[in-house]
Amino acid sequence: MSWFENLIPDRIRIDGLTKGSVPEGLWCKCDSCQSVLYKTDLEKNFSVCPKCEHHQRLTGRARLNMFLDEGDRVEIGVNLKSKDPLKFKDSKKYKDRHAAAVKATGENDALIVMKGKLMEADIVAAAFDFSFMGGSMGSVVGERFVRAVNESLEANVPLICFSASGGARMQESLFSLFQMAKTSAALAKLAEKKIPFISVLTDPTMGGVSASLAMLGDIHIAEPNALVGFAGQRVIEQTVSEKLPEGFQRSEFLLEHGAIDMIVDRRELREKIASILSMLTHSEMKPIAEESVSEDIPVADVIEDGQ
Amino acid sequence: MNINYLDFEQPIVDLEEKIEELRRVGDDNEINLQKEIERLQEKCKGLTETVFSKLSDWQISQLSRHPLRPYSLDYIEQIFDGFVELHGDRHFSDDEAIVGGLTRLDGQPVMLIGHQKGRDTKEKIKRNFGMPRPEGYRKALRLMKMAERFNVPIVTFIDTPGAYPGVGAEERGQSEAIARNLLEMSTLKTPIISLVIGEGGSGGALALGVCDRLYLLKYSTYSVISPEGCASILWKSAEKASQAAEAMAITSTKLLANGLIDGVVDEPLGGAHRNVEQTAQGIKSVLLQQLSELKSKPAETLVSERYKKLMRYGQFEES
Repeated sequence: MSWFENLIPDRIRIDGLTKGSVPEGLWCKCDSCQSVLYKTDLEKNFSVCPKCEHHQRLTGRARLNMFLDEGDRVEIGVNLKSKDPLKFKDSKKYKDRHAAAVKATGENDALIVMKGKLMEADIVAAAFDFSFMGGSMGSVVGERFVRAVNESLEANVPLICFSASGGARMQESLFSLFQMAKTSAALAKLAEKKIPFISVLTDPTMGGVSASLAMLGDIHIAEPNALVGFAGQRVIEQTVSEKLPEGFQRSEFLLEHGAIDMIVDRRELREKIASILSMLTHSEMKPIAEESVSEDIPVADVIEDGQ
Repeated sequence: MNINYLDFEQPIVDLEEKIEELRRVGDDNEINLQKEIERLQEKCKGLTETVFSKLSDWQISQLSRHPLRPYSLDYIEQIFDGFVELHGDRHFSDDEAIVGGLTRLDGQPVMLIGHQKGRDTKEKIKRNFGMPRPEGYRKALRLMKMAERFNVPIVTFIDTPGAYPGVGAEERGQSEAIARNLLEMSTLKTPIISLVIGEGGSGGALALGVCDRLYLLKYSTYSVISPEGCASILWKSAEKASQAAEAMAITSTKLLANGLIDGVVDEPLGGAHRNVEQTAQGIKSVLLQQLSELKSKPAETLVSERYKKLMRYGQFEES
């Protein structure tokens, strides 16, 4: 028994408390400040680091689960599957890359669409999944987005899209590029019918997704410090051969340059969007339900690697 | 070695130079070299046919950005009668990577908008290598909206490596400018014909390419990312560009086979740069034919057919 264990009072001394007895995945590190956080509490805090306020990236499903009211959800376009029209192969086959992404994420493509409720008001919500091939937009993502728009049109309810994408999916080549035109054209219908579309830009939203559906909202909201832009930073650096300024293409930069309406903390998104929509649709704002934000979140500061 | 020509064109160029030399000698002297010249011309034609009959996708990609490839203004001069160029986005500046203006095609008014590259260093810089900034797309949109208002059909020529990846372009909303054009073009109540005359580089190309009819010149390409860009991301090496070009199926033949474009405009033997007039004639006849077809449709039909066309893009299964 080590000197340290001798110090621990008997009532909290547990036999067999050794390495490995802590279930894996219980703790995680903040991507930004590296603080070690208790996962359940991080999730309760909308995956916002309680130490540094960094908004961790979310999967599409986690995003919609967090955003929509519980219950009453219908997933749209779930049976759409990618086809690999070009039999694309680089160092790996597209088919294999896609299958690996399906296996790793449990999703079948990079966009998830649900019809549901936001503070009791009907809405359609779409969320990109950056963990699925970088949230890239191919034929399935494009079609699913169009179905989200169509569902909005049919039910005459607002559409909210959370984007998180590296851009168009190279493996589907021009089929992907044309999804930009397809999704944008669908949004024209929504505008024509005067149905609100709110685009929430999350980290990161780049390339073809940024240069189409994500920048066509009636309202643009960005999460704090999200990277949003057309060209990747490395490409720009190579082109202009200079270092990019601090904060370039981040939410605060976009706000300053007039590309977005506001930056909203993830923990306030539901309320903020519900409030905007209630005004645009001339409806009463439903009373705010108690949001489950834990006040006091334990942060493990010093946990050595391997424990 | 002539730096204006590509590697695989070199044997052809060598022969052509030889023919030219013989011509000069023939002019100076009394010797009749006509027979020899004709023989070499025949040989040159045969060689060109051989080289161009088995071009790889990568070679076609190089042809699409050939240093001598005709640009928008070269075709405008050949195809249309007069060109009243219109400038500026009314907000920030005039982007010379895109030209636009009113012109006539066999008497019919047309709003012509095209990417414009530069030939020499000075002009290349002026045209920003054909890479538009947001104000270029906003100028294009302004002209397209004007065309709609006055019931004038729109023709766009696409030829860009892509939208400019620069600090100022990002500050002024490159993404929004492209996205806005995609949305607005889908609803314009006037015919739109787009033709890729060189490089169809990604979103920067598409922002002038939402249309009723999409054509490619034979040795043009249309791609979601440049072969070099794709190679450096997926193969981790820009040197695999030829493989990337192949894999992405970016040539006119493959795009047509995949149902992504409406047709291919033929180029003369050896490519558009060997005979601009002939290429222009080919373009003109396609434009005239398509325009008369599109102009006969009521605006509502036109827009709804365009919408259906856009919604058909993509390949997926549904279980």
